[in-house]
Amino acid sequence: MTHAPIRPHTLRIEPTRGWVALRLGEVVAYRELLYFLVWRDLKVRYKQTILGVAWAVLQPLLTMLVFALFFGRLARVPSDGVPYPVFAYAALVPWTFFATGLTMASNSLVASANLITKVYFPRLTIPLATVLAGLVDFALAFPVLFGLMWWYGIVPTAQVVWLPLFIALDFATALGVGLWLSALNVEFRDVRHVVPFLTQLWMFATPIAYPSSLLPEKWRTLYALNPMVGVVEGFRWALLGTATRPGPMILVSAAAALALLTGGAFFFRRMERTFADVV
Amino acid sequence: MSSNDASPDAHSFSPAPHETPPVIRVAHLGKQYQLGARATYRTLRETLVESVRGMARSIGRGRSRRVPDRIWALDGVSFDVAHGEVVGIIGRNGSGKSTLLKILSRIVEPTRGTVDLEGRVGSLLEVGTGFHPDLTGRENVFLSGAILGMRRAEIEKKFDEIVEFAEVDRFIDTQVKHYSSGMYMRLAFSVAAHLEPDILVVDEVLAVGDAAFQKKCLGKMGTVARHGRTVLFVSHNMGAVVSLCSRALLLDAGRLMLDSDAITVAARYQATLAAAPTATTDLSAAEHFGSGKARFVSLRFVPERRDGTTRELMCPGSRLRIETRIVCFAQVDSANVGITIYDASGFRLVDANTAMQGRFVSMQPGDDARIDFTLDDLRLKPGTYLVGLWMGRGNVEDIDGILYAGSLEVEPDPQQLQHSEQFPGPYLCAFRHSVVISTPDADVERPGVRNDPEPRSAAAVSR
Repeated sequence: MTHAPIRPHTLRIEPTRGWVALRLGEVVAYRELLYFLVWRDLKVRYKQTILGVAWAVLQPLLTMLVFALFFGRLARVPSDGVPYPVFAYAALVPWTFFATGLTMASNSLVASANLITKVYFPRLTIPLATVLAGLVDFALAFPVLFGLMWWYGIVPTAQVVWLPLFIALDFATALGVGLWLSALNVEFRDVRHVVPFLTQLWMFATPIAYPSSLLPEKWRTLYALNPMVGVVEGFRWALLGTATRPGPMILVSAAAALALLTGGAFFFRRMERTFADVV
Repeated sequence: MSSNDASPDAHSFSPAPHETPPVIRVAHLGKQYQLGARATYRTLRETLVESVRGMARSIGRGRSRRVPDRIWALDGVSFDVAHGEVVGIIGRNGSGKSTLLKILSRIVEPTRGTVDLEGRVGSLLEVGTGFHPDLTGRENVFLSGAILGMRRAEIEKKFDEIVEFAEVDRFIDTQVKHYSSGMYMRLAFSVAAHLEPDILVVDEVLAVGDAAFQKKCLGKMGTVARHGRTVLFVSHNMGAVVSLCSRALLLDAGRLMLDSDAITVAARYQATLAAAPTATTDLSAAEHFGSGKARFVSLRFVPERRDGTTRELMCPGSRLRIETRIVCFAQVDSANVGITIYDASGFRLVDANTAMQGRFVSMQPGDDARIDFTLDDLRLKPGTYLVGLWMGRGNVEDIDGILYAGSLEVEPDPQQLQHSEQFPGPYLCAFRHSVVISTPDADVERPGVRNDPEPRSAAAVSR
C-alpha cells in the first residue's frame, strides 16, 4: 500500500454461503456515507417538534423524576448512599442511549428498504449510523448529570477517567443488540412487537431504579452477564464513587458486550445477502 | 432527440469488440427466487410452524421435503463488456433485466455464477435514491450524492453544476417536500447525472418527467457515453437504446437471447413482441396507457399490391394495411383512433387517424370493433419501424394507447435490388426521384457511395 494502484482492482461478485468476513475495511471506506447518514438522522429526528433537541434531556430527566418520587421517596429503595435523583439519573443517561439506540437500530434496515433495494453500500453502516446519532442525545443529556451532582455537592472521583470505557461498553451493547434485531427484523417483523417489551424487561433486569448491592454478592457476577449491569454500575462507580466494587461485574459485562457485538456483526453479515430480496 | 443524435458511435459496432480486456465479465450468472413462500417477510410463527413440520416430516419419511416453487429470474447469462462500451439491456417485464442490474450493482447476490468488475461501479436504479422530504435541496444533494457513492469533495466541486442543470437554484434551500414533482425529479436526476464512476449502471430512469426533461436526460446520458465511460443501460424505450448504445443484449425469461449491435437487437425485440409481418400481434401483454374504457387487442400488418391482393413482402412502394381490433369495456363516444409510425430510434415519421378523415368511433361495452388503416404507396426505406396505437379524444382523454405496439419490417424489393445501395445511419423516407449525372464516367464510379454492407439490412434480408 505504498503507492496507488495503476489498474483498478478487480471486484468479484459471487454467491456466498454461511458465515462471511465482516469486511470492516469497507465500512471505513464508506465513512463519508456514515457521516451523512448520522447527519441525516440528526437533522430529521427533531424536525417538526416544538421542543426539538430538548427531548434528549427531557426523556431521562422526566423518568428520573418519576423514579425519584415512586422508588426513592415512596418505596424507599436504597441508593448506595447517594441522593436518589443523582443515583437514578446517572443510570438513566446510559440506559436511554442504549434503549433508544437499540429501538432505532432494530427498525433501521426496514426503514431504509428503499436504499437497500436500490444502491449498494456496506449495510452495517445503517444500524451503525443510528446508534452513532444517539451519541449526540447522550452528549446533551450528560451535562445535566454534572448539574445534579453539583446541586447535591458530589465531587467526581479520580475514577472518572474510566468513564470513556463505560461509554464504549454502552455503545458496544447498543450496537450489538441493534445488529441482531435489525437483521432479524428484515425477515421477521415480529421484532417490532418484541422491542418495546424487551426494553422494558431489560430495564428491570438492570440496576437503574435500584442498586445491584441489593443482590447477594455471589449472584452479582451472573447478573453481570447483562452487559448493561456493568455499564450502569460502572457509570455510578466512576462518577459518584459508589462503594460497590464493580470490578468482576464489569469484566463479565464487558465480555458479554463483546460477545454480543461480535456475534451480532457476524450474524448481520450472514443475513445481509438476502436483505434486498426480503425487505 | 433527433435521428442525428444517433451519431457515428451508434453504428460503430464491430462484431469483435473485445480487443481490450473486458471491464465487466459475467459468467454463467443465475439468480433464483422462491415464489410465494418468501415473496414477502415472514412472521416468526410461520417459520417455527414450518420448521416443526419439516422436522416431523424428516423424522417420519426421511428427507422428502416439499420443494417450494422456485423461479430462475436469471439463468446462465454470460457476456463481456469492454472499456467504454455503452450496452443496452432489453427485454420484456420479468425477463431478468432488473435482476441483472441489481447483481451488477451488488444489491442482490447471485445464486450461481460470477461477475468480475474492474473499476468503481455506480448504479442508478431509481431517480431520487436517498432523498429525504424533510431536508432541503442542498442537503439532499449531499446526502443522495454520498449514498450514490460520491465523495464529499466531489459533490462540493460539482454542486453549482448540479443545481444549474436541475434549474432549481432559487429553491435550493427549501425542503424538497415543497418541490413540485418536476423540480424534485430534475434535482434528483441531476445529482445522479454528475456521478462519475468507471462503470455506470442505469435502469429506466429516463422514463420520468416531461418530454423536455427526458430529452435533457437523454442528452446528458449521451455525453456520459461519449466520455469513454462504460455504461449498462436498461430501457423499454427502443429509441433511447438505439441512439445511446452501440451494443445491446436481449433477455427473455432470464436467458440471454441475443448479443449484437443495438439496432439488430431492438429490431429482434420488437419482432418478438410483434411476431412476423402479416402475423397477428396479440396486444394483451403489451404496455397500455389510458383510461382503459376500450383496449386494442390485436394488430396486424398486411402488405398489398396496388390491386389489393396480398403480397409476401413489405417493400417500398407496397400498399400497407394496418388492421387493429378494439374491444370496448365502457361507453366510448366519438373517439379518434390513430396510428403512428416511428423509425427504429423512436423518431416519429407518419401519423394517420380517423379524425383526419372526419370519422369518429363510438362503441358500447362488449363491442368488438375492427379499424383498418391503409397507407398507399409505402414510402419507407428498407428497415425496421415501430408502430404505435392510440385511441382517445383530442386533448380530453387517452382511452388506450401503446407506445410501440409492433414492429414493421420493410424489406428491400427483390426486383429492384440493383438500386438498393445502403447508406449507414437511420433513414427516413424515400422520395420518388430522378438523377441527372453529368460526369463523363458517372456510370462507372458513383461518387460518395460507400460499399460497406449495412448490418441492419443484412439482418433484414436473412429474416
